[in-house]
Amino acid sequence: MAETLLRIRGLTKAYPGVVANDDVSFDIREGEIHALLGENGAGKSTLVKMIYGLVAPDRGGMELRGAPFAPGKPSEARRAGVAMVFQHFSLFDALDVAENVALGMENPPKARDLARQIRDVSETYGLPLDPHRIVGTLSAGERQRVEIIRCLLQDPGLLIMDEPTSVLTPQEVDILFETLRKLRSEGTAILYISHKLEEIRSLCDHATILRLGKKVATCTPSETSARELAEMMVGSSFAAPQARAHQAGAVRLELRGLTLPAPGAFGTPLRDVSMQVAGGEVLGIGGVAGNGQDELLAALSGERLAPAGSVWLEGRDVSREGPVARRDAGLLTGPEERLGHAAAPDMSLIENGVLTASRRKRLVRRGFIDWPRAKSFAEDVIERFDVRTPGPHVAARALSGGNLQKFVMGREIVQEPEVLVVNQPTWGVDAAAAAAIRQALLDLAAQGAAVVVISQDLDELMQIADRFAALNEGRLSPARPVAELNIERIGLMMGGAHDLETAHAAK
Amino acid sequence: MMDLSSISPILLIASIMVSATPILLAAIGEMVVEKSGVLNLGVEGMMITGAVVGFALAVNTGSAVTGFAAAACASAALALVFGVLTQVTLSNQVATGLGLTLAGLGLSALIGKPYEGMKSPTLPKLDIPVLGDLPVLGRMLFAHDAMVYLSLLLVLAVWAFLKFTRAGLILRAVGESHHSAHALGYKVVVVRLCAIVFGGACAGLGGAYLSLVRVPQWTEGMTAGAGWIALAIVVFASWRAGRVLIGAYLFGGVTVLQLNLQAAGAGVPVALLSASPYVVTIIVLVVISARGVHGAPASLGRPFHASR
Repeated sequence: MAETLLRIRGLTKAYPGVVANDDVSFDIREGEIHALLGENGAGKSTLVKMIYGLVAPDRGGMELRGAPFAPGKPSEARRAGVAMVFQHFSLFDALDVAENVALGMENPPKARDLARQIRDVSETYGLPLDPHRIVGTLSAGERQRVEIIRCLLQDPGLLIMDEPTSVLTPQEVDILFETLRKLRSEGTAILYISHKLEEIRSLCDHATILRLGKKVATCTPSETSARELAEMMVGSSFAAPQARAHQAGAVRLELRGLTLPAPGAFGTPLRDVSMQVAGGEVLGIGGVAGNGQDELLAALSGERLAPAGSVWLEGRDVSREGPVARRDAGLLTGPEERLGHAAAPDMSLIENGVLTASRRKRLVRRGFIDWPRAKSFAEDVIERFDVRTPGPHVAARALSGGNLQKFVMGREIVQEPEVLVVNQPTWGVDAAAAAAIRQALLDLAAQGAAVVVISQDLDELMQIADRFAALNEGRLSPARPVAELNIERIGLMMGGAHDLETAHAAK
Repeated sequence: MMDLSSISPILLIASIMVSATPILLAAIGEMVVEKSGVLNLGVEGMMITGAVVGFALAVNTGSAVTGFAAAACASAALALVFGVLTQVTLSNQVATGLGLTLAGLGLSALIGKPYEGMKSPTLPKLDIPVLGDLPVLGRMLFAHDAMVYLSLLLVLAVWAFLKFTRAGLILRAVGESHHSAHALGYKVVVVRLCAIVFGGACAGLGGAYLSLVRVPQWTEGMTAGAGWIALAIVVFASWRAGRVLIGAYLFGGVTVLQLNLQAAGAGVPVALLSASPYVVTIIVLVVISARGVHGAPASLGRPFHASR
């Protein structure tokens, strides 16, 4: 039986108004992959921050290989053999790979030796990477490799991975899992944080489930069903989204050969993007982050004007119309970034409601804001979408990510759009809230609206989309009915192998 | 009639080096500050504070070197005030920097009143063996005071520090993404305070060079926008030490040239000639930085607080 590597005993950490971790105890053994499972806000991040020395616990303690372990800062944790791959990568865009790696090491070797070591490790673990590339030009999968290699170069006993697969294509996930299994066979323990249940069931030896800061259970995931895991995580059962019967109507939104140059140094150009979305239909657009999702949304919302004749709404050319005109015509959009793009962080929910709904819901009269109507609109959204907030006067910034997401999605859906385009509608949202948002999107389609969902979560797209298309380097593949697809084909579409696809189809 | 023959190329280049040094010192300091992600708009205020404190101390002690040291300390102290306000109490960097300039201008006028019209000790020209005896180049390049060479060495040192040392890498990392740097356990605020103090000391040296060597006497408002030009040079030099050097020497060069042209009686309005160093420097640096990446540190001017 493997020895205990890290013993966590009664860790407690409270922030003003919330207990992030309440008396959490569990063990991680040498050479196992241990899952840490929980909804957003369950306290996973706080727990790993304590292990990595970024946050000091209020009470409780840890033992590493039998010795007391209380890192005061990350460098102490690294010296003790604990390494961490962050969820939102802790990388520096303007620096090259070797410099990024050096910054995460205690005693980095000379630049030339380091470059050689990076090549060695990347070959050993099947993670190809050029040490001299600038990180800002790398794909999400390659950026993650930088983080992993940074950790591996320090021979960690414990590797912490915070939601590593959320930004990867299925093929990249497979490569990552191979690497992790290889590390396990070499005796490295891995603490794997995720809320993707199937992943955990296939990869992890043990799982510890957190809910509202408390440990619910430690179990063996391969012997537990995904449904059971989900219910332990959420604490109650929740309804999976159900598509309602609907009939596909006329085409409501159409793109004809939309081509737009990249908006900035690290942006993606759109290349000859064409698509059609009919009323009553949900079109899912997948793809790895940074392949033109934001640019496509901006072109559809009217934030960036498109060349005449490329964007058609209900058979009318709206390419040269701005966001306000498109909203009036029934095309509403919800961008990915909640704070700062979808919502103004320091304004109240009422004000944020007015910002997009003022015309469709007539919240402005003769240039003056009708505050009572605005308030009742915000309250309506809060009630229908179960947004947990003390009231509509609260600033958007004060809401948790999931609740704000429910609000900004609800704000658009309550306006009853003819066409709705959303980017990452459930990013960073817990399972129950995500199910509610997806259900709302399906309901909207059932009422006859055309819905476009851009997402990096393939499970989500498979669940709600009628047809699927993939974005790759600004090109959109032809849309396929979801029923015809399997995960391998989707991976190929996301990787840009459209020709291979057609070759298959022709046979 | 214009008499171009009155302009001696040897003296011209020699005076370019003297005229560029104050701006070079201030700009290389500010570049380090901005590389760490802080925008300090108080360069002008720190320069003039350095000018007056350096002048006063040099007059009272009779030593120009003491003057330079005092100038560096005074401006570094002023920069530290800016650093504490913006990094610890999280005040707005732009407003605080502008305030620093106004405070420096006012403070220097107050301190400098009794010193107007006085003459200060200045730095001796170095007597460099062999190189100084070269026929033309000797007088052109190797017959200056120590600060000219110190400023060039400083540019080289800053370049090497940022490119080759771990501390330089950490400083760039902090300026690039303070959240990532914090997550890796680097002390963002400490790194930035060090950079701010260094930038202040450099600006102080630049100011003291104006009042002790270039002019050398004290007049109110004598920096005349040199601090602002230093700021502009940093931006248009795309935060690179080599281009900062080019920018500063270009500005110094055009300044000296237009003075010579004025003296030679060129048929161009004096106002236009006086404006030309500013215009030419900006145009050339804009052209240099027009293509390729601009390389502004991604966290430049953004406040950092560890809780977010």
